[in-house]
Amino acid sequence: MAEAHPVGFQWVMEAKKRGATVIHVDPRFTRTSAVADVHVPIRAGSDIAFLGALVNHVLSNDLDFREYVVAYTNAANVITESYEDTEDLDGLFSGFDPETGIYDPVTWRYDPPEEMNAEERERAGELEQEERESTAGDHQQSHQAARSESHGSGGAPVSWKGRRDETLQHPRCVFQILKRHFARYTPEMVEEVCGIKPDQFREVAEALTSNSGRDRTTAFCYAVGWAHHSVGAQMIRTASILQLLLGNIGRPGGGIMALRGHASIQGSTDIPTLFNILPGYLPMPHADQHASLDEWVRGDEGKAGFWGNVRSYAVSLLKAYWGDAATADNDFCYDYLPRVTGDHSTYTTVKGMIEGSCKGYFLVGENPAVGSANGKMQRLGMANLDWLVVRDLQMIESATFWKDGPEIETGELVTEDIGTEVFFLPAASHVEKAGSFTQTQRMLQWRDKAVDPPGDCRSELDFYYELGQRIRDKLAGSTDEMDRPLLDLAWDYPAHDGEVDGQAVLREINGTGPDGAALSAYTELKPDGSTSCGCWIYCGVYADEVNQARRRKPHWEQDHVASEWGWVWPANRRILYNRASAAPDGTPWSERKKYVWWDAEQGKWVGSDVPDFVADRAPDHVPEDGAKGPDAIGGQDPFVMQTDGKAWLFAPLGLADGPMPAHYEPPESPVHNPLYGQQNNPARRKLDHPSNPINPSWSEVFPYVFTTYRLTEHHTAGAMSRTLPYLTELQPEPFCEVSPRLAAERGLEHGGWATIVTARTAIEARVLVTERLRSLRLGEQFVEQVGLPYHWGGNGISRGDSANDLVNVTMDPNVYIQDKVGTCDIRPGRRPRGRDLTAYVEDYRRRAGVDMEHPEEGGAE
Amino acid sequence: MDIGKRIGSWPLLRQLTGRDLLGRGEAVQSPRSRDLTPRTVDADDVVSSVCPFCAVGCAQKVFVKDGQVTQIEGDPASPISRGRLCPKGSASKQLVTSPSRVTTVRYRRPHATEWEDLDLDTAMDMIADRVIKTRKEFWEWEADGNRTRRTLGIASLGGATLDNEENYLMKKLYTAMGAIQIENQARI
Ligand code: SF4
Repeated sequence: MAEAHPVGFQWVMEAKKRGATVIHVDPRFTRTSAVADVHVPIRAGSDIAFLGALVNHVLSNDLDFREYVVAYTNAANVITESYEDTEDLDGLFSGFDPETGIYDPVTWRYDPPEEMNAEERERAGELEQEERESTAGDHQQSHQAARSESHGSGGAPVSWKGRRDETLQHPRCVFQILKRHFARYTPEMVEEVCGIKPDQFREVAEALTSNSGRDRTTAFCYAVGWAHHSVGAQMIRTASILQLLLGNIGRPGGGIMALRGHASIQGSTDIPTLFNILPGYLPMPHADQHASLDEWVRGDEGKAGFWGNVRSYAVSLLKAYWGDAATADNDFCYDYLPRVTGDHSTYTTVKGMIEGSCKGYFLVGENPAVGSANGKMQRLGMANLDWLVVRDLQMIESATFWKDGPEIETGELVTEDIGTEVFFLPAASHVEKAGSFTQTQRMLQWRDKAVDPPGDCRSELDFYYELGQRIRDKLAGSTDEMDRPLLDLAWDYPAHDGEVDGQAVLREINGTGPDGAALSAYTELKPDGSTSCGCWIYCGVYADEVNQARRRKPHWEQDHVASEWGWVWPANRRILYNRASAAPDGTPWSERKKYVWWDAEQGKWVGSDVPDFVADRAPDHVPEDGAKGPDAIGGQDPFVMQTDGKAWLFAPLGLADGPMPAHYEPPESPVHNPLYGQQNNPARRKLDHPSNPINPSWSEVFPYVFTTYRLTEHHTAGAMSRTLPYLTELQPEPFCEVSPRLAAERGLEHGGWATIVTARTAIEARVLVTERLRSLRLGEQFVEQVGLPYHWGGNGISRGDSANDLVNVTMDPNVYIQDKVGTCDIRPGRRPRGRDLTAYVEDYRRRAGVDMEHPEEGGAE
Repeated sequence: MDIGKRIGSWPLLRQLTGRDLLGRGEAVQSPRSRDLTPRTVDADDVVSSVCPFCAVGCAQKVFVKDGQVTQIEGDPASPISRGRLCPKGSASKQLVTSPSRVTTVRYRRPHATEWEDLDLDTAMDMIADRVIKTRKEFWEWEADGNRTRRTLGIASLGGATLDNEENYLMKKLYTAMGAIQIENQARI
């Protein structure tokens, strides 16, 4: 955190000053470790084993925060009899179809409530039918196509709150299932999998549990060290389970902080430019399942919690998109939405480019030739386009691959043969346009414009507005049905001095009511078309016709919550699920950790933050039978985006690779999975293409682990840092970090050159021999790790080979994000040049026995 | 400078006779450093901004003189950053002033070995034409008997330094085009 989020780290240091224990778990010793109380070196990619053992420690020593766990989580829920665990199936959960590699979650569901109402009985009948079909081989695929991600602001909808045993004794209740599932995650196992000594493990476990409970809370911070794995979503899930067991969610000083890597990467997810979701985490319609508006919203509509009002959010978005053309008679133009049919994520799309099924590409402030895994695939894809538009501040590698990319050097691509027409359009910088970023705490902060952009530089706002205008002008008068969504689009934005007014766009995102005035909360949205809203979770950012994201009241004029600086979605609420900061009866858990509580006199929730609950819902409220949406939230159900109001220790639906986390080895690993016979995540998404061969696991040819990371002085693919004199002076050259033991084993010299090889390619970097990377002892086996900053490419002031060229594409099945851990060889000296490089890598593939018939498999099973 | 003044300006003497006994302040200051003023003092305008690198979201103050950015500093009022910026945030002025920044449209014809110039208006028009053509060429009403109403011919990959308003217009326009392979650094 001190390296990649330096200024945010000041708060960790403030906490330390007040007595907090800071624990840093990382393969590398970094600036964070230097000031932490404890540094725990861990083998890259083994975090589930470590966190799982902490879960086991809590469960087997009765260290959980029992009152919180019983009331606020699904620990008491009884799971269906047909569920089978990894304990029963040697590393698989029930419902796995080995042919498709896909899980059917039908056996993971909650048992029905003991007394069912008519609706629940009907649903029970449907579920039985689904289960019969599933066991007959007709598996459901409900959360494929990265559907899990559409639950970014809430869980998947379940059929009922289900049967609960609040004594937690029922053998099929979640609590007991967890206990059995995690029992094999012992400190000894941690040593064998992660290379962490049992003593150190106990030190962490003790610090964590003694700092959790009524009076104290513990926070977890993570970044892509968890997300960039073929089990990434489940790594984060393991931390969630741990934090819930300890009662650290929804409370001040608790939580799990995703330290996102870019100024508005949170915003790019909320108002997504992602294939699987629409603004506010509404799913993109799926061709199989959503032929109409009714079908599109059916999963959530009317269910308990705030997702129950999904029709209001969906219709209001359609109104924002198609304005007057969207009417009740035409399903509010629902049919204008294009449908997905599966994985249309960036890596699969790039494969489509190589194969010729995708021909036009916009790169907007993104440099995949350096920043995406397997750079060669990216460049081969771009070399096979009809046209490519690159918009950036600098001449990035993705714009010049046809001229000077690594494949030009090796002769794999020839400039004159590349038919791609390339447009480079210069972009405006952050001070040359006004707009809002959403930072990592979901806070929108507005930037004013300082100066005009130079020359042809334009903002994306202007570019896309203008492009839309031109396309619409050219199509004007068309009677072709395919052009209707473009011609009927609400595409009218006021301009000042020839630039689109960003505040008008933010106001459309916020939404307006029947009278045309800005709305102040998403609870005002209607399903009848009388309201319009471009992103329901952002509703309120323009309340009272004021750009709330532009608020800058100094912190010294506010309390510690500082709610008048910027605006946080949803509803300017700083801590999510903060109802959980009070006990079930509505009183604070403790004076020390007081945050939001029930004021019986006033009949409402009060405190330092906007309560994340129905404001006047009493703690003892029991919803009426048949209540829907927010009305169905009970007074002790803090997790208001879940259809059962509870936090999920066990996910009965919504995950593509199991209801609970299990440790699997990265797709390329020198280690046999000691936990199960199943080596890799069975549901991992493979990308099958000859340019993406996977190193066989346990290979003597590729004996070392490598992982990539950032440096403080550089930024991702480098376009914004390798081009700046100040930053390149601070960090002028790519390097690899190796331990003294590895340096001796391979004859690597500090300051000299090394070549790092995988089945994809070989790159070179300067060698940094350092104790910061430890040799890890796993039982009898030593594991050496090579650390690689990934910021470099062929352009800019400081240049070098791209570490991402080494990384393979194997993805997490929930979110289709790549695994950054792989195996490699490392040798002293510079890499071969030109055609010799391809021959060199080819020789490695041959010696390692890479199966080029099935390059995506890696031969681990 | 007369000799008396010159001796009087000798730092050691100033250190011994002045208030700065440790010789870390005024005693060792040269006339040049004494007369220096920060670039921020004579700015025409100070504009509120936010660092465009990582997601901490440090607040910035942008100093402008004669239509040029002269300095970018941390804004002490921010409850997130309290005025701090890391090396990247501190270097962000060079995003604007970098000598290698490209400010004109560049165009590479199919199979060409070099860039050419192109004016922005022509480029915009050519891009609009290409979108219309490719969209149509790869148009798909149905797949496996289900309505899809989309084109698989066009893809987009955006960085995560785009503004919310920009992402909003992008997704809106692409969706109306029927383009679905719209992606972002958020998946990378
Ligand atoms: S100044 Fe540094 S820590 Fe702050 S937002 Fe910018 S990159 Fe992040």
